[in-house]
Amino acid sequence: MMQTRRQALERSAALAGLLGGIGLLPQAAQAAWNAAAFEAKSLADVAKALGGSAPAASGAVTVTGPDIAENGAVVPVGCASTLAGVKQLMILVEKNPNVLAAVFDVNDAVEASFNTRVKMGQSSNVYAVALTADNKVHFAQKEIKVTLGGCGG
Amino acid sequence: MADPMRIRAQVAGDKATVRVLMSHEMETGQRKDSAGKTIPAWFIKDVTATHNGKQVLAVQWGPSIAKNPFLQFNVKGAKAGDKIAVTWVDNKGEKRTDEATVA
Repeated sequence: MMQTRRQALERSAALAGLLGGIGLLPQAAQAAWNAAAFEAKSLADVAKALGGSAPAASGAVTVTGPDIAENGAVVPVGCASTLAGVKQLMILVEKNPNVLAAVFDVNDAVEASFNTRVKMGQSSNVYAVALTADNKVHFAQKEIKVTLGGCGG
Repeated sequence: MADPMRIRAQVAGDKATVRVLMSHEMETGQRKDSAGKTIPAWFIKDVTATHNGKQVLAVQWGPSIAKNPFLQFNVKGAKAGDKIAVTWVDNKGEKRTDEATVA
């Protein structure tokens, strides 16, 4: 995919907002379940909390998933990273009421590659975010289109 | 008590691929019932896995993980016969642990 520098910067800023708002920047690796992180509701809420190192798009992080998900209630999504010193991998769904879906703690005993299934309310960008030991943030994104939302009742 | 998990652990080279299927409602707290009342959130918050008793994985989940969650991860250095145990804890404090042998 060709990206202009402007687009790349906008993406980076948007993600910084997301992450900043959910309290994962600049420090991370909380031992307990991070309630504040999982309760972040919207881009508007989180945009004001910009801070920490700017997230950088990275080819060493991959997000996998379908291009089109027929059922938003069950969307298989994977994240992986080949970076050295990854502390945490995260999956974020941009347009969900709670943007953060999952946080995986990475250590020596387990490979930095996880698959799970998420719910998506509507078509949205899905991010895989890798946080390395030196507090740098790398991400990859993929747009997944949903034909039937999974968050309605 | 929740239904048991289905865990499959298979050796693939010098690591083992573990697939876990948990049985859980994963209610988001966003939906409403027929009377218009919000259904309270009920979801798995923490998942941990151990390999022969040593913790290898810690995962935090939010309510946007799909119902009856699936999780796949790779444990380095696991051999056939090793024990993989997976534990989840939900936001009501319920927990369940199941164990599988690497094949």
